[in-house]
Amino acid sequence: MTPAMTDDETQGMAYPKPPITARIGKVASRIASYLQAVPLALILGFFFLLPILMIAVVSFWDYDFAGLYPDFLTMNYTDTLGSWVTWKTYLNTLKYTALVWGLTLLIGFWVAYFLAFHIRTTTMQMVLFLVCTVPFLTSNIIRMISWIPVLGRNGLVNTTLIEMGIIPSPIEWLLYSDFAVVLAMVHLNTLFMVTPIFNTLMRIDRSLIEAARDAGANGWQILWNVIIPLAKPGIAIGSIFVVTLVMADFSTVQVMSGGQSASVALMMKNQMSLLQYPAAAANAVVLLIVVLLMVAAILRVVDIRKEL
Amino acid sequence: MSKAAEIDIVSVSKVYGSTTAVHSISLKIPSGSYCCFLGPSGCGKTSTLRMIAGHESISSGDVRLGNIVVTDLPPAKRGTAMMFQSYALFPHLDLIDNVAFSLKMKGVEKEERRAKALEMLKLMQMEPYATRRPAQLSGGQQQRVALARALITDPEALLLDEPLSALDPFLKIRMRAELKKLQKSLGITFVHVTHSQEEAMALADIIVIMNDGRIEQAAHPREVFERPATAFVARFMGDHNVLTGRVVESGDGKVTLEVPEGQTFTVAGPDQEPGAPIDIGVRTDRVRLAAASDKTLGFNGVVSNVEYRGASVKITVIGAGSDDFTVIATDADYFEKPVSVGDAVSLSWGLEDAVLLGRIAA
Repeated sequence: MTPAMTDDETQGMAYPKPPITARIGKVASRIASYLQAVPLALILGFFFLLPILMIAVVSFWDYDFAGLYPDFLTMNYTDTLGSWVTWKTYLNTLKYTALVWGLTLLIGFWVAYFLAFHIRTTTMQMVLFLVCTVPFLTSNIIRMISWIPVLGRNGLVNTTLIEMGIIPSPIEWLLYSDFAVVLAMVHLNTLFMVTPIFNTLMRIDRSLIEAARDAGANGWQILWNVIIPLAKPGIAIGSIFVVTLVMADFSTVQVMSGGQSASVALMMKNQMSLLQYPAAAANAVVLLIVVLLMVAAILRVVDIRKEL
Repeated sequence: MSKAAEIDIVSVSKVYGSTTAVHSISLKIPSGSYCCFLGPSGCGKTSTLRMIAGHESISSGDVRLGNIVVTDLPPAKRGTAMMFQSYALFPHLDLIDNVAFSLKMKGVEKEERRAKALEMLKLMQMEPYATRRPAQLSGGQQQRVALARALITDPEALLLDEPLSALDPFLKIRMRAELKKLQKSLGITFVHVTHSQEEAMALADIIVIMNDGRIEQAAHPREVFERPATAFVARFMGDHNVLTGRVVESGDGKVTLEVPEGQTFTVAGPDQEPGAPIDIGVRTDRVRLAAASDKTLGFNGVVSNVEYRGASVKITVIGAGSDDFTVIATDADYFEKPVSVGDAVSLSWGLEDAVLLGRIAA
């Protein structure tokens, strides 16, 4: 503790009780701080809490082909959890999540490491970082659809390979397959991994790396013993982004698998198009719980508080 | 516990692009000595230290540690250990793992390295904190851990980059004493970079004063204090007033010079060519507020500032071409015959209190 701080403390204790006007001022300032919090509370209340509550409530309602009937039934949950289709779909979604998480982590860390440690000037770092964000100048859907002419049966990759004589006939699994789904998801989500990792890597004190080298560590040892442990908060934040985005994805799965694969969100979308809102709501609640558990698990492993 | 090594720096230069940070310096640091590199920021002292440590490549020249030329060896193979300015402790490891880091890199078994690290922490009296993280320690404690981490490699020379600059003044003085004690008990060579004259005087067996990438003087503190080699050293150490002029005549072991304002001064020294530029240094604490018996050993000036410092009083005088000629008077002398700003005063000193300052070839 610095001497200055203790001085302040003793002065604060020595002050006499404030006069009544000052106390009114204190109450007023407390009200003012609540007032300042009101806009955000309203926005979060109306656009976040209320919809979630609605979904939770609707998930217990009854329905048929013609309408929704307020009720308190657990049928929607028993139907959802009792169906092997749900379990298979969850398994499939988790498979995508695991694959995409692993690949974005690998690529994202690599890119962030290169940007943080191998690019020397800040200007160049910023330029290259902006280059990473270029795909985000167009919409998700367009970026996804643009894979089709590349990967299609008569697409760029297949025609090139055939013309070069490497393969006799087009590769079928390039498009409308799990490969295509994972590829598109990695393409869409890697930046969410790069950004937080780059941020933590930039905060690593460079003298730590010199200290490690002074202690005889080689490049891999420095990476494993110093850089990766210190990048953990960034990895955790990036993982939360990627996991939540992939778990909730339906458009990529639908477009890139050509309707041959399912994800949990896609299942919900189908239920909604059949006007089975309570069933979709029950599904949504289950998905929300699963994703929250995954995020909690990530936060359990890594303490990200110092990054925020 | 360890063998000390002599450090031999042979015309070492450091060039960054078109700027030269270190101009071909040569220096021998005897084994087991405490050497302080002293100088203003940007003088090349840290670059030199980092070249000895191996964290900076050597543009030309060689560094020898004991009998081995270490110029092209990586830091860990040199037998040196470095302590960084901000200590550079690993924030994600507890103290034991911090200290045991180099052993882990060498592949020492976990139990063995942790036991060794604990022993090292015990030596630094940091054992009670062994399972804490660096962020939970005070500056002085962090320094001890950094020392433990550096010394566990059993180095022949310990290199310290401004080790005390992050500490508050009281702690600075205490840790300074600890460093000196540690160096004495280990008997290894310490090379310590600092910008504090006081720190260097208190610690060093050899002070190396650097300016603009060159060594101005490398000598025992007493020699640096009593016989500063150059005008830069005299000004930087702050214990001498520097008067600059041209030689008028010399002979009989005395040199007479004339400052641009016209006064002449005498200093002991070898014969000089008349007309050559010359600097002399006059000990601030030996100047008396009295008329000179020999008019070449004193002048008349005007007091421009008076600072009370307790046991002494610092009086700044304008005159003889200097606008900050400093006189350190004892409080007894000063209060016997006080002067105030604007007063005309006569100053004088003895022949033995002035030294002839050299110039280094640029």
